[in-house]
Amino acid sequence: MNRGTGGGVVATGFSLLFFTFLFGPLIIMVITAFNSSSFPRITPWECFTTEWFGVLFANDRLMSGLANSLVIAVSVVVIAVPIGLAGALALSELGPRLRAALYTVLITPILIPGVVLGISTIIFWGAFGRSVGADYGSIFYSGMFLTLAGQVTFISAYAMLVFLARLQRFDPILTEAALDLGATPGQAFRKILLPFLGPAIGSAAFLTFLASFENYNTTVFTILSGNTFTTALASKVRHGTDPSLSALAVIIIGITLIGAVVHEAHMRRKEVMRTGTTARSRIYGNPVLRTLVHPLTIFVILLGIAGFATYQGTQHDAGVCKQQILDEKRARQQELLEEQRRKMEAQKQNQAPASTAPAEEPVKANPSPFGGAFKSNGLKPGE
Amino acid sequence: MATKDIVLDHVSIRFGAYTAVDNAHLVIKGGEFFSFLGPSGCGKTTLLRCISGFSDPSEGRVLIGGQDMRGIGPNKRPTALIFQNLALFPLMSVADNIAFPLEVRGIGRKERRKRADELLDMIALPGVGDKKVHELSGGQRQRVAIARALAVEPDILLLDEPLSALDLKLRHHMRTELRAIQQRVGLTFIYITHDQGEALTMSDRVAVMNAGVIEQVDPPETIYNRPKTSFVASFVGETNAIEGKVAQQTEALVSVETPFGRLQGRAAGGRQYKAGEDCILFIRPEQLSLEGGTPNTLTANWVKEEFEGNSRQLFLEANGVQLRLTRVNLGGTPDNLSGGTVSLGFTPEQAIVLPHGALAGA
Ligand SMILES: Nc1ncnc2c1ncn2[C@@H]1O[C@H](COP(=O)(O)OP(=O)(O)OP(=O)(O)O)[C@@H](O)[C@H]1O
Ligand SMILES: [Mg+2]
Repeated sequence: MNRGTGGGVVATGFSLLFFTFLFGPLIIMVITAFNSSSFPRITPWECFTTEWFGVLFANDRLMSGLANSLVIAVSVVVIAVPIGLAGALALSELGPRLRAALYTVLITPILIPGVVLGISTIIFWGAFGRSVGADYGSIFYSGMFLTLAGQVTFISAYAMLVFLARLQRFDPILTEAALDLGATPGQAFRKILLPFLGPAIGSAAFLTFLASFENYNTTVFTILSGNTFTTALASKVRHGTDPSLSALAVIIIGITLIGAVVHEAHMRRKEVMRTGTTARSRIYGNPVLRTLVHPLTIFVILLGIAGFATYQGTQHDAGVCKQQILDEKRARQQELLEEQRRKMEAQKQNQAPASTAPAEEPVKANPSPFGGAFKSNGLKPGE
Repeated sequence: MATKDIVLDHVSIRFGAYTAVDNAHLVIKGGEFFSFLGPSGCGKTTLLRCISGFSDPSEGRVLIGGQDMRGIGPNKRPTALIFQNLALFPLMSVADNIAFPLEVRGIGRKERRKRADELLDMIALPGVGDKKVHELSGGQRQRVAIARALAVEPDILLLDEPLSALDLKLRHHMRTELRAIQQRVGLTFIYITHDQGEALTMSDRVAVMNAGVIEQVDPPETIYNRPKTSFVASFVGETNAIEGKVAQQTEALVSVETPFGRLQGRAAGGRQYKAGEDCILFIRPEQLSLEGGTPNTLTANWVKEEFEGNSRQLFLEANGVQLRLTRVNLGGTPDNLSGGTVSLGFTPEQAIVLPHGALAGA
């Protein structure tokens, strides 16, 4: 570190602050998922518990929303990726003027606000349904179908952008060469262009899946009375929250971490393969280590760890601890009551005016689900 | 062995109002090494793409083995094209590249591999089948592209400046190699280049093109020694061009009135000139000598000299005409001519008189 200039201290401090800013909320969220307190918080720490995961999975609305989201996201991938590919191919075949026009048309859905898309999807398909004489039970009034239709309109444009970027690096001479060597146009497409687009198909599928899964603006309209994961989550947050959302965050963070680590392993492996430094590398030169850092091995190991943690979690019983906490609370309540009674008696004895007895006191004695956390002085120690 | 003739029957190719190939009319014989030679942009690639089936002529016909090729796609023609940038498939191994034509014809994996290995042996690259294309050197890629084209078992191999991306030494080596491969497989090679050295060393016959027009079709020696147009004379090899007017013609000898006085040369192709006609007299630098010859003697001022090892180039100037003279280095002491006037000569048989026309690079 540059001790001479003192820059090191500033840089370290800044990085620390930056990472706190970035990860602080996540870390706190993760911790709250394991606190038995029914409001998501770290202090006071009550009991280590895994019950919020149970609460999460018992939430029917959220779970059915999740199922809907998955069905929609998979359908969107299946529909939007081929549409995006077709659009990109059409664009790369056209003359410059038509190309500019078509590009504008295809890209517009991205620029239109999602809210507008959502509403117009409902109106359009509703009008369409009426014009073909379909009733309200028909597909044109089904939230799943409308959401699918609404999302595909703009998510296929995302896919198209991914394909366009990749196609720009394709040398059309290769297709000509394939034709010249006797391939039919179909064979040239399958054997030359598609393999070249392979990585782009992967990223387009990933991107469209995420875009569909996390979409809210459009979906909140098109899903009608139904629920997807995001809309269910949003309404739950609006109606008050409990640590089961933290539990959800833990799961999502876990999945992301596993994905990131496996991806990193894959990239490193590919890099070493590409540069051909396999033999020289200390890790990749050793057969045991090489198998160990293979993305698949890493994935299996991480999955195992996650599975083990889950199993341990289901075995954990916070009952005893919670009982203790409950008893403590009861005892304290009792204490407070006692104290009050003593005060009252003292007051009676002193014949003091009623005004000195604070009206607040009896309320505080009420058992509250938050342990009185929201009272102005509820957390003051030793009261 | 394949002996399909290729006939270009009054072929013209237009892009809108622009004529890229103008009335090409020639026959390429089966088994021939035939080159199209011309400067950049003269329509060579356009013509080649028309023969291989990527476009149809705007006018005229392309016949291969007597069959009109109009409407027949590149995958159905007995031709294989080697592209200017080779167009090897980067995602496939070398063997898969070579076997690609067999794969699309539904031939089994084992048989394909066997055939690919045979072809690799033929191009003297055994054992590289499992490598990726980017692991090969430029010259090796060149040969792989040829092997892949040969896997189609075409009757005609079309090559579009395949050596232009290579360095000089490799280029010279590949010339010999290509010629050897052609003689071994006995196919018709149609070779496109703007490098006259390539065209002259490898070809049985050369067609010289300028601005879409085929100016001359002849064996290399004829092209060099008896050019038919002033473009061919000036494009192929170094030459001195002296413009003038025909004074008189006696049989094959033409007297030309030039800024250097009256000079004599032979009339190209037994042509008859009218007196007073504009013409150009061409004389090669290696045929100019420092001894004044009769009746062609001219004087010029020394400008500069370049030593090239096996020869010495003299640059001279007189009457607004630049002249160039090549002296073969025989190991003697160099003539000290710097700054002075030089008198030159050549025999009438060495010079060639052509009607006035476009010059290359002018
Ligand atoms: N698709 C096209 N549309 C319009 N003009 C074209 C097209 N293809 C070629 N041309 C024109 O035709 C002329 C000949 O092009 P061509 O590619 O045949 O040249 P070339 O002789 O192969 O040159 P080079 O040696 O540089 O490869 C050029 O002037 C070019 O601009
Ligand atoms: Mg070309």
